[in-house]
Amino acid sequence: MIPELGQLALAISLSLAFIQAIIPIAGAAYERADWMALARPTAIGQFVFVALSFCVLANAFLSNDFSVLYVAYNSNSALPAVYKFAAIWGGHEGSLLLWIMILAFWTLLVAILSRSLPEQLVARVLGVLGIVSCGLLLFTLLTSNPFERLLPAAFDGNDLNPLLQDPAMALHPPVLYLGYVGFAVPFAFAVAALLTRRLDKDWARWTRPWALASWMFLTVGITLGSWWAFYELGWGGWWFWDPVENASFMPWLAGTALIHSLAVTERRGLFKSWTILLAILAFSLSLLGTFLVRSGILVSVHSFASDPARGLFILLLLGVISGGSLVLYALRAGRMETEGGFKLVSREAFLLLNNILLVVAIMAVLFGTLYPLFLDAMGLGKISVGPPYFNTVFLIPGLPLGLFVGAGMHATWKSMRGETLIRKLAVAAGFAVVIGAVIPWVAFGSASSLTMVGVMVGLWVVVSALFDPVRRLVSSSSSSMPFSLAQWGMTLAHLGVGVFILGATITSSYTIETDRSARPGDRWELFGYEFVFRNVRNFDGVNYRATEGEFEIRRNGSLVTVMTPQKRTYLVQQNPMTEAAIDSGWTRHLFIALGDPLGDGAWSLRIQYKPLIRFVWLGPLIMAFGGLLAASDPRYRSRQVTSRVKSRPVRVVGETV
Amino acid sequence: MWRYLLPVVIFSVLGLFFLRGLNLNPGYVPSPLIGKPAPEYELPKLKDMTSTVGSADYVGEVVLLNVWATWCPGCRQEHPYLVELSENSGVPIYGLNWKDDGDKARAWLETLGDPYVATAVDATGEVAIDWGVYAAPETFLIGRDGKVLYKHIAPLTPAVWENEFLPRIAAGCAAQPCAPLTNVR
Repeated sequence: MIPELGQLALAISLSLAFIQAIIPIAGAAYERADWMALARPTAIGQFVFVALSFCVLANAFLSNDFSVLYVAYNSNSALPAVYKFAAIWGGHEGSLLLWIMILAFWTLLVAILSRSLPEQLVARVLGVLGIVSCGLLLFTLLTSNPFERLLPAAFDGNDLNPLLQDPAMALHPPVLYLGYVGFAVPFAFAVAALLTRRLDKDWARWTRPWALASWMFLTVGITLGSWWAFYELGWGGWWFWDPVENASFMPWLAGTALIHSLAVTERRGLFKSWTILLAILAFSLSLLGTFLVRSGILVSVHSFASDPARGLFILLLLGVISGGSLVLYALRAGRMETEGGFKLVSREAFLLLNNILLVVAIMAVLFGTLYPLFLDAMGLGKISVGPPYFNTVFLIPGLPLGLFVGAGMHATWKSMRGETLIRKLAVAAGFAVVIGAVIPWVAFGSASSLTMVGVMVGLWVVVSALFDPVRRLVSSSSSSMPFSLAQWGMTLAHLGVGVFILGATITSSYTIETDRSARPGDRWELFGYEFVFRNVRNFDGVNYRATEGEFEIRRNGSLVTVMTPQKRTYLVQQNPMTEAAIDSGWTRHLFIALGDPLGDGAWSLRIQYKPLIRFVWLGPLIMAFGGLLAASDPRYRSRQVTSRVKSRPVRVVGETV
Repeated sequence: MWRYLLPVVIFSVLGLFFLRGLNLNPGYVPSPLIGKPAPEYELPKLKDMTSTVGSADYVGEVVLLNVWATWCPGCRQEHPYLVELSENSGVPIYGLNWKDDGDKARAWLETLGDPYVATAVDATGEVAIDWGVYAAPETFLIGRDGKVLYKHIAPLTPAVWENEFLPRIAAGCAAQPCAPLTNVR
């Protein structure tokens, strides 16, 4: 009986979403305050009922209710309780419910935190979020009901995919969705601005924290996914350019462009239609990701069990939401631009370059991801596009982006003298070039020109980001204004970019991978360490059986660490899983994966030495922290300007600027 | 004005590709072996490990080669249908037991029935590599001339048998008469 309540709660949310989608927007058009006033209560009600439905599904998982088909497919009575909860988003139906839950959560936040915004804008923003929510709720109820019954009930469940039985993987989907789905809010603000025919600096100031917050979550989510892939998949890589990874990376690139473009719109009132387009693009790419993952249209390691009917529904949704907003954009955006200039050397110019390069990057990734589909659809054959394409093509926008980040941070608005900028940064640039050329040779004894360029660019961004804070520290009593939270955020985020570039360059250039066979008792030298293969033992885990190898790593005779890679067989699904052993360190990670037994007690081993790989994840985490600081800047919470706008008569707001 | 239209135009073109893509199966990769001579092998027989079975046993015959293993759920799913085909279709089925435990495999045939003329034991998976096997169950159709006529990945079903296998077998038999064929449902 309880699972049916979950379904009923979803149906009630859908009806509330319908009201939220139609009446407040109509109210804003006809200037009916009573209609607009429905936006908040329906948004709150929708959240309550979606949360209720989510709790019902959680309850079904935690109480082992295998009469629910989805639970029977994705859980098992022997599964640890934490993973029973995480199993809620272990399959298509439940992860879709998580999507909806997070959308309802963001909508709730908008409803609560928008008290100081003009009512008309709030009504439209919440209305647009209601439209998105309607589409996804319909999708769930019509094609992907997580509460479908299995009669007679299964005796036990099919278990959660062992790959997902991992702390990072339990966290990865919710955090990623907080980012991806969060872009619905800037999207709703953009569509609301098109409907209102009005876009000013206040609009940008209201939209910016939402964009920053979503971007921050998406950054952390992607990082978690990359970290998980590194230690769980057992291949030792951190990014594979898999279609589904790309599906999360493209909205991230668009979101990055958006937060920069919003800065220009907020400070200078420029790039208005461009900002709107980026907001639409970021959320459309999120929806596109959902489509690619769930329709089975591309081959990917992450795909859910695919179903063309579901694919068609999401495509329809994409058509209505993205197509509809782009049509509105085509009709209205032309009238939004305001005149205003900036010089060739100015922060605006650098941000414009940033935006162009990021869009080029999106195009490159999108093209590579969809190329197999294009060929197949035109009957030109089957191919797959892999890392060699992406790694090469991504450098084209990537390297100049790194160069301009370092300079752009120090440019001033409107205009500045090129000489001033050059004089300020000449030392940093010289330092980066010299040290960047020297470090690889000193540390690793060899360097390709691309490696040196990568290290130079990374150092250049790091030094440039640290330039102002350090100068402030040195001349502590300087009269200059204190750094605002937003400035700290920008500085840190860019520092993160530099750290990431350094990590990615070094680890890609100097990773050493070896595959070998060894017997317990063997010892050998590798990467300056002595590896001792002690023994192999079998033991039983909670819901798996494991074979564990024990390796001693010694350096100059003294023990560095003991590493214990495992091969696990999960009892229900009988999948063999590799649990690589990783010895983490600031300068390098050692990675051992236990392969197959080769007979005579010998095992195949994969051993890797990965220098500086921690920077690959540390960089994005610093970026995300920068995003958090920027989003917390007090000016987004001040009410002085907004109260002026609010006190204006409603009629004036509707006029074009 | 046109520059504001550009995004929606690009989006529409993409949408058309997606619509087309929904009806395509990206996971389907045609086997490069089709139309080429089937790889040769000679391996121990599952039921009598001292003797061997191999490609030499079906020269000049139209046969199926079914790759299976006890660890493969899809194999269990298709097994009853294979048994039915072996009784009624008139096409001999040879098995290739892929990277499996011999005792489990023999017990499997004992309890579920044995549709195979003989099953070759490929414990190391080396023969399967020659055949380009990547996901059991896979079923190859081999013609009289020893060439691979068709390869099906995933459990064999009546629909696949009727639509993919029977026409190809019939086309082969038109050139050179073979044993009568029956449709097995």
